[in-house]
Amino acid sequence: MSLLEVRDLHVNYGAINVLHGISLRVAPKEVVTLIGGNGAGKTTTLRTLSGLVRARSGTVVFDGKPIDSLPPHEIVRLGLGHVPEGRMVFANLTVHENLQMGAYLQRDRAAIARELEYVFTLFPRLKERHRQIAGTLSGGEQQMLAIGRALMGQPRFLMLDEPSLGIAPLLVKTIFAKISEINRERGITVLLVEQNANLALEVAHRGYVLETGRITLEDASPALRANPQVRSAYLGG
Amino acid sequence: MSEFLQQLLNGLSLGAIYALIALGYTMVYGVLRFINFAHGDVFMLGAFAGYFLAPKVAQVFPPGSIAGALVVLVTVMAICAGIGASIEYLAYRPLRRRPKLTVLITAIGVSLFIEFTCQHRLVFGASPRTFPELLANKTLHLGGLTLNTNQLVVIALTALLLGGLSFVVQRTKVGTAMRAVAFNEQAAALMGVNINRIITFTFALGSALAGAGGILFAMTYTKIEPLMGVQTGLKAFVAAVVGGIGNLPGAALGGLVLGVVETLAGGVQGLSNYRDGIAFAALILILLFRPAGLLGRAQIEKV
Ligand SMILES: Nc1ncnc2c1ncn2[C@@H]1O[C@H](COP(=O)(O)OP(=O)(O)OP(=O)(O)O)[C@@H](O)[C@H]1O
Ligand SMILES: [Mg+2]
Repeated sequence: MSLLEVRDLHVNYGAINVLHGISLRVAPKEVVTLIGGNGAGKTTTLRTLSGLVRARSGTVVFDGKPIDSLPPHEIVRLGLGHVPEGRMVFANLTVHENLQMGAYLQRDRAAIARELEYVFTLFPRLKERHRQIAGTLSGGEQQMLAIGRALMGQPRFLMLDEPSLGIAPLLVKTIFAKISEINRERGITVLLVEQNANLALEVAHRGYVLETGRITLEDASPALRANPQVRSAYLGG
Repeated sequence: MSEFLQQLLNGLSLGAIYALIALGYTMVYGVLRFINFAHGDVFMLGAFAGYFLAPKVAQVFPPGSIAGALVVLVTVMAICAGIGASIEYLAYRPLRRRPKLTVLITAIGVSLFIEFTCQHRLVFGASPRTFPELLANKTLHLGGLTLNTNQLVVIALTALLLGGLSFVVQRTKVGTAMRAVAFNEQAAALMGVNINRIITFTFALGSALAGAGGILFAMTYTKIEPLMGVQTGLKAFVAAVVGGIGNLPGAALGGLVLGVVETLAGGVQGLSNYRDGIAFAALILILLFRPAGLLGRAQIEKV
């Protein structure tokens, strides 16, 4: 039984078809990565899953419930979190307010406080800077904030869109370690979009390769890493 | 000197009304990036709502009493909130995904529709009406200054409303969501924010303030008519731009500056006919030196 199941998803922007019928599934507690080059449609896939973009056809089923016609705020309510490409932190709000926004749908104050503690232990830097305006954070700190903010919504399923983008290698390693940690300790299912296939395949159990809007490969991470095509196209030989 | 102080006070009470209206323009711009040209008409409708409501309230509360005036004010604010939210729902929401120009032109259409419907003899009619005395207006002499209590009420009430607004926007969950939506609508949606609800709330809040402005204006100038929102609305819009469109403290500041400049210019012998011209010239000058407005930032960076 999969937590997320995508069937034959077609997405277009006006006259341009971007996704030509992709299908994928993610089991509970799995970490799955979606790798692919620039413009393959990775971001479009995630945006469609969270309702920011409407599919022309195909179905998205989350936890047994079709969600492809729901607006984003109702999809979030079902427990699907999304750390968008480019982080999109609220630069005009403080770090603390950003995290509060993450918990927008949560009613239980005690649970919110617990979650905040968890985010602060995960990213102590955010605690130090919680009164700072988010727009003045460094890129890496903004990425931590974007992840922390999504966690505040207590998602069951977390989608991350290129968390390594524009971040120093050392911090990228930390952030990926945290993603693993979130998955192991919290049991949160993860769908990770990355261009850095090496790292992604290290943390993910399975992966899909997306090429110009089509899934061309699907396998367990070790197998993908051994695959000559994947090696030459995404792992630098 | 006391003449100057006198004019300053007059200017502040006029500016306070501009400020109340300017906030609505700037809030809506903040979340939707367009100018709601019908906002000045909500101000007018607020004044008329007060005009019709006051005699009814006077049957229950003693005429001229503070309680009665408050009941009128609060009810009118609620009515205007409803009007503003309805305008958004009926006229702007269906066009949400259309080019901004389409919405802008619709806003002008809504404005003309309200103005000319209200001018019809079966509605309000075109001729001015005299606003009833909501509060007993007393004249006080203080040093060389002549103040009337209404002016003080205008200033005090505006300060109170601005404080309340600031609390809502800065300290409450819905206010934080408003700021989040203003910055990045999609990211806010990913937090679970129902964007439509926040937009409704924004229109309601801005329109309630415009309604309060309508009452305060009518109390001060006593004549109301269906086109009263045209010029005052335009000035408040300019005030919002001068303050930095999208910036709430800026709108309040812009309103006060405009009111004071206009009143001071009007107080100078031989210039009083040019008061609007002088006020607008001053504003153009401000914008020449600070194109983003007094408190506006050059361009909010969007990641
Ligand atoms: N709003 C849009 N309007 C039109 N075309 C778009 C839009 N967004 C994306 N596209 C196009 O869709 C295709 C897929 O874009 P998408 O952002 O999903 O790619 P991606 O795999 O995330 O790429 P990257 O790794 O560079 O982020 C690209 O060709 C892009 O130009
Ligand atoms: Mg992308």
